[in-house]
Formats: sequence, structure tokens, C-alpha cells
Amino acid sequence: MSTVLARPVVGTRPNVPDRSAHAASTDTPVIIDIQDLDVFYGDFHAVADVSFSVPRNRVTALIGPSGCGKSTVLRSINRMNDLIESARVEGEILYHGVNLNDRQVDPVEVRRRIGMVFQKANPFPKSIYDNVAWGVKINGLKVNVDEHVEKCLRQAALWDEVKDKLKDSGLALSGGQQQRLCIARALAINPDIILMDEPCSALDPISTLKIEDLMRQLVADYSIIIVTHNMQQAARVSDQTVFFSLNEKRQGVLVEASPTTELFTNPRDKRTEDYITGRFG
Amino acid sequence: MSAEATQPGSVPFLSTSRQLRHRQIRGQVMRLLFLAATSVGILALVVLLWTVLDRGVPWLSWHLITNMPSRKPAEAGLNSALWGTIWVISLTAIIAFPIGVGAAIFLEEYAPKTRWTKALQVNISNLAGVPSVVYGLLGLGVFVQFMNLGRVVLAGALTMALLSLPVIIISSQEAIRAVPLSLRQAAYGVGATRWQVVRHHVLPAAFPGILTGTILAVSRAIGETAPVLVVGASAYIAHRPAGFLDGYTVLPMQIYGWTQRSQDEFKNGLAPAGIIVLLAVLLLMNSFAIILRQRLSKRSQL
Repeated sequence: MSTVLARPVVGTRPNVPDRSAHAASTDTPVIIDIQDLDVFYGDFHAVADVSFSVPRNRVTALIGPSGCGKSTVLRSINRMNDLIESARVEGEILYHGVNLNDRQVDPVEVRRRIGMVFQKANPFPKSIYDNVAWGVKINGLKVNVDEHVEKCLRQAALWDEVKDKLKDSGLALSGGQQQRLCIARALAINPDIILMDEPCSALDPISTLKIEDLMRQLVADYSIIIVTHNMQQAARVSDQTVFFSLNEKRQGVLVEASPTTELFTNPRDKRTEDYITGRFG
Repeated sequence: MSAEATQPGSVPFLSTSRQLRHRQIRGQVMRLLFLAATSVGILALVVLLWTVLDRGVPWLSWHLITNMPSRKPAEAGLNSALWGTIWVISLTAIIAFPIGVGAAIFLEEYAPKTRWTKALQVNISNLAGVPSVVYGLLGLGVFVQFMNLGRVVLAGALTMALLSLPVIIISSQEAIRAVPLSLRQAAYGVGATRWQVVRHHVLPAAFPGILTGTILAVSRAIGETAPVLVVGASAYIAHRPAGFLDGYTVLPMQIYGWTQRSQDEFKNGLAPAGIIVLLAVLLLMNSFAIILRQRLSKRSQL
């Protein structure tokens, strides 16, 4: 873990005029490049002018005080904000050169490639097996479903606990197991990126630790973006940390996006320093 | 209660103050008022059932169900009306259920929340409160006369379907709205289309509630007399409907017809017996639907 953390993730993105907060490009390829993202809920301008990039096969943590728009930014990436009628997202979210926020892009296809794990574990009221298999079936993935379900449950470090009761309800599992089932469900559709919206906020410390370990393993095959309220968690699991705050107009703004070790040891912005040292938020 | 059990004054802290005693008395009075309100409803039901059973049970017999109506009380039966009710109600449910649930799905899952859909929503709620005789007149104008169906089962069922639709739509909407957002998000999150989310998650979770609303609406339709009177259920008909384009009568019509006869046997014997049969049909249909609902909700809990 420390070796991953120690990896230098520095440099300036060439195509963007120098705005210190945006200087978060890395030595690894960029998988998501967010440019000038604004989100409105009705008349309320919730997130203003956010730009950062997400490195491939790394964990990127979004942190910041409550209401600063980090979950909103996360949900913009896989077009979940489309489900909120009053929400309007402006700006570019580039993924393999395609702007995911383009109305021409089908949100269903976006979500197929960018999976999501939610704050509260929300397994389907179906069997453990069907929880994982459903996404495979509806997307018509050409895989052996039994083998694929096993593979995903193994990847989510849940297989040994559930292999004898795959037909039991997913809701009968413990909270931590349910959340790992949700991770297995997200993995099942072979996504590129996994978004996690405070995945451990409802879990006990041991379950939290399991999920954090899991994230470190998954990052070999996936790119992960996690929203967390827990700064220690961000420090433990992430390679890059993006700090959001509220400006004087109560809009969520990006303050600093830096390699995690750098952000926590040597923050560039005064607001970041205040937040991570507990003077604010 | 426990405050009274301790000696007043012996423990200063526990002695009930005047002000608290007043509040508690007020609470007791309200409790009694609510109990009285409940009792009125139950009492009315008991009196009703007792009157009906007392007069009707002696007239219950197998040939009441198997015989056709007759001028002689001893031979009169309600076979044609029973079959008419079964025909009309089955057809009503078949017509109203898919249309009502479809409308509810559209309004909840697809329609944007614009001024138009809000206006539509208010209108549907108002339709649920429109007197049933108005539906009868609508049915008479549209189905019997304009579509020239005549006084047949189908016209009656279409009218009853219109009558049931608002209640089915509103209760289905509520059931659909009660499906947690987290479930929808989970389904959308794995790349499901809107229809896949609705088909595999929203509908199964909402189905028990949808069924309850449908039961309520159809139960109301079983007992309705006014609309079928207007769209032309016959007062006297001595054969079962041969199909949905045949003439018919229904149980409430038959009962009403009997209460209008001068002989006491019809008024105070056969009519109450007919009511018992109507209630039995109602209970039978409801229990069937409840069993179905419980089976389905058990399956969706897995």
C-alpha cells in the first residue's frame, strides 16, 4: 500500500491554463478528465467550475465538508443526476475523448462502463446470485453467468462467506457483506471505473477495513473514485485527493487536487490546511 | 395510573401536580371520544349484518343460487344476476387493471413533472370523487348509444372500468412512489434501461400495493347499482349472459328489484338473502386477491 502511495503523481496538465487547483494530472494515463463542471438544482448553483482529472488504476478520493458538492460531482460522472429532474449539469466529462455529459451520449451506456456503489448498501430484494447476475443478464454480456458470478464475488472478497447460500436473499447478509455484494454487483458488468459514494459511512470499523483493503486490490483492474467524509480513509486508500469546499455564495468549488500524501502533508491551499487540521468543517 | 398508586404527597417528586392532572384528564377524554367514533362504525356494521342475516339466512338455499328470477318467491333465484355480476366484474378488472397500472407507471416513471401533468393529476383525483351515476350517464352516451353497443355486458363493464380507473391509478401511483429510490438507483447503476428498472424492480415491489388498490376499486364496482341501472342492466332477465355482447343483470339490480316488490317474501326475505350472496361474492373475490398479493409479496421479499 505504501508503495502505491509513494508513487509520484505530479505534473501539470498541458492543455489547461495554469490554475494551481487543477494541477492534478499524473504520470499514469488519465481516464476521466472533468473540465469546468457546473451543476444546478433548479435555480441553485450547487457546484461551480470544477475541473480535475482522474488517473487510471488509481483511487481518487473526493473530500470536503457536508454540502460541498462532492457527491453531486461523483453522480455527474455516471449521469446519475439525470434521475433528478431539477438537476442540470454543464461542462465536459471526457472519457476516452468522449464527453459523457453530452446529451447525445446514452446514460445507460455510461453507467454500464462506470459502475456505482452507494452510501447505504442497497442490494436488490433478490438472491445473492441474482444480485450479481442481474446486471449481466440485462446487459446481455456474453459470459458464463455462473463462473462470472463466482469471479465477481471472489473479487469482492465475499465468495467464501456466501458460496453455500447463493440462493439466499441478499438482504439477509450483514451490512458489511451487503456492501461487498453491492461491489460485486458493480463489478459484474465489467466496468472501467467504479464510483463509491461514502461506501463505509454506515459500516463498523472492521467492515470498513475490509472494504478499504478491497479497494486497494481492485485498483489493479479498475479506476476508483470515492467520496468520503472520513479524512483518514482518504489518506489510507487514495492515491489522489480532491478537496472541495464552499465559496462565499455557498457553491461547491474545488480547492485543491493533489497526490494524497502531498495534500495531507503539504497542502497548497490555506483552506485545505484548515480542513485537514480540523480547524474547519 | 402509577402516580395514583403511590401515596399522594408521600414522595414530593411523584405527587401529580394539578396542571399535569388536567392534561391527563384531557388525554383520557380524547381517548374516549376516539373509541366512541370507532364504535359508531362497528355498531352500524353489526346492526346491518344482523338485520340482513336475521332476515336473509332462512331464505338461503341452493336453488336461490341456481334458479332464475320468478314471480313466485319460493322459486325465485338470482342465478342470472350472479353470473351477470361475475361477467361484468371480471371484464371490468381485465379492462381497468392494465389501463390503470399503465397510466400510473407513465405518470410516475416517465412523465416529466410539468404543469400539464400536475393538472392531469388533480383531474384524476377529482374523477375519483365523481358520483357513480355520472359514470353511468357517460357510459350510456358513449358505449350504449354512440358506440352502439346496446345494453350489454361489455357496455356495463366499460362503464365500471371508467368508474374504477381513478382509484386504481391513484393507489398504483402511491405504491410505485413508495418503492425506495435506492432500489431504482441500484438498478440504474448497473446500466438498466428505464423499462428494465420498472419491469424487474419497481413493479414487483409495488405490486402488492397495486393489487390492494385494484381490489378496493373493483369491490366498489361490485356493489354499484346506479351506473348499471343507467347503462341498462335489465330488471328482469331469466338467462345467464351468453357472452359479453349479451343482455345482463347484476346482483345489486336484482336485490333492488326485489325490494320494490309488494310481497313481503321478496322485500324482507329474498332481498336480504341476495345481499348475503353479494357479500359472499365480494369476500370471495377479496380473499382471492389477498392470497395472490401475499404470495407475490413473499416472492419479492426474497
